[in-house]
Amino acid sequence: MGAALSGSRPGASHTEAWMSMRRRPVRKLVPQIVKHLLLLLGALISIFPLYWMFVLSTHDSSAIYKFPPPLVPGGGAAANFNRVLSTVNVWAAMGNTTFVAVSVTVLVVLIDSMAAFSFAKYSFRGRNLLFGIVMATFLLPSQLATIPQFLMMTKLGWVGQLKAVIFPSLAGAFGIFWLRQYFMNSVQTEVLEASIMDGCGFFRQYWNVALPSARGAVSFLAIFTFIGSWNDFMWPLIVLNDPNRLTLQVVLSQLQTAHGTDYGMLMMGALIAVLPLILIFIAGARQFIAGLTEGAVR
Amino acid sequence: MRGKRSVPAYLSLMPFFAAFAIFMMLPILFTLGIAFTDWKGIGKFHFVGTQNFQYLLGDPLFWKSLLNTVVIGIMATVPCLVLATLVALGLNSTVRFSNTYRVAYLIPNITSLVAMGILFSSIFSSNFGIANALLNWIGLSPIRWMQTEWGIKVAISTLSCWSFVGYNSLLILAGLQSIDKQVYEAAHLDGAGPVRTFFSITLPLLRPIVIFVTIMSTIGSLQSFTEAQVMTSSQTSGSANAGGVGNSGLTMVLYFYSVAFQENRYGYGATIAWGVMIVVVIGTIINWYVTKERS
Repeated sequence: MGAALSGSRPGASHTEAWMSMRRRPVRKLVPQIVKHLLLLLGALISIFPLYWMFVLSTHDSSAIYKFPPPLVPGGGAAANFNRVLSTVNVWAAMGNTTFVAVSVTVLVVLIDSMAAFSFAKYSFRGRNLLFGIVMATFLLPSQLATIPQFLMMTKLGWVGQLKAVIFPSLAGAFGIFWLRQYFMNSVQTEVLEASIMDGCGFFRQYWNVALPSARGAVSFLAIFTFIGSWNDFMWPLIVLNDPNRLTLQVVLSQLQTAHGTDYGMLMMGALIAVLPLILIFIAGARQFIAGLTEGAVR
Repeated sequence: MRGKRSVPAYLSLMPFFAAFAIFMMLPILFTLGIAFTDWKGIGKFHFVGTQNFQYLLGDPLFWKSLLNTVVIGIMATVPCLVLATLVALGLNSTVRFSNTYRVAYLIPNITSLVAMGILFSSIFSSNFGIANALLNWIGLSPIRWMQTEWGIKVAISTLSCWSFVGYNSLLILAGLQSIDKQVYEAAHLDGAGPVRTFFSITLPLLRPIVIFVTIMSTIGSLQSFTEAQVMTSSQTSGSANAGGVGNSGLTMVLYFYSVAFQENRYGYGATIAWGVMIVVVIGTIINWYVTKERS
């Protein structure tokens, strides 16, 4: 994903930076260095907790009681790793989390992009009313729906199953809100009309004209949804109860409740839970950052 | 594009609206109904009138959770927005490594709050941990963070703040970059210094994005759950003990969760959910007016 996404302006920013550095007089260099040092310090503070999580996951639990605390990796990683594996079914949890996050992402992107395209480019009776209802619930706290959702899952017999996590996630309105804006601005009505002349039906307009032109916005929505689903905690905590069908976040919180003082193992478990997502994020970071800033100023 | 063509448009909305109606609209309406019962998860719904709402108004734990939520929210949001603005200003004039910085600053936001909650409870551990090591290093005596009312709040709000600085700074950065460069050149020609430029030009022009970020942060912090749940969970079972020592980390949504899903008092839980909603609406309105007045 990274290679495809980063191809927009190869090397451009570096050349600009280099040119402006050359033009800049030396006395402006000092504030530049100070600013970079401060930014670097901030970035280190941002990443430090993760680094410390990694350090603790490689130490015996007693290391955390030492003073000063350990700041470099130790030799206990394998032992901690094995203790995580023998305490909880972490691979199953990772499989479950991946399955939930991928399903939610694919379904949300398809369902929301289709609805957003209609809202953006078609006029039909009740359009404003429907969109208004969706937007009105957008800012309501999600806890308003939680109790009846749980009751519903009990009645359906879905409690403890992954589909109980997947389906309610499809009711969120963020994707519609996000993509509708994008389709309104980026898909030209003339192009759509031309495609109608060529005999394109609704689905082909959506699939062949609208979706390709919104690739950036769709990628952002996909990464955003994936991250949100991977990290979702409250609802999975409520509705999942089968030890073999838990997500990583629920497993982590159970580890903490049951083995709250075994920090070496806890941190190893936490590291396993966050690492895949961080790698995915770094691969798609350019697209994510572009989407985030684009949406903010609109 | 009207007429016959609206049929596919309706069809394309169907999947979303099916999910939306089943998992959002109906449950929200149903929550209103349950709030007027004393339903405990089994048996028939027993209508109790406005009893739950009267109880909510006199419930010391609810008011405590509201106060906690607001205090923790302010302790997290205010430093977070100030830091985010500073980071955004730094990134705005930086070309080199800017993408690397952005990724580094965003990583806290995408990292699971459960994992980070566990880590932060070790950072703020009473007998060890980085926070007390730092205090020791500058010559202060250690604090029993998770055993004191303010210690718990500091620990929770530090985690919230840390995880949102980067995200907010990128939103503010987007606002900064949409400001016309010519405005700055004019100010520079008029002899305005950097501080003055910031307060009389940058900040007013940033207002829309600052309002947006503030409102989103407020709504988010009024619904905070995971940080408090994870960092105070080892002692928790049921609402009386939720939120650590003296319920000082009990947020509204954590209270909702304990009442509904640990004690199975669904009727009263639904009432708390409506309480949360009213607080969120009031919070958003207050925010809107406060940020509007400054023009």
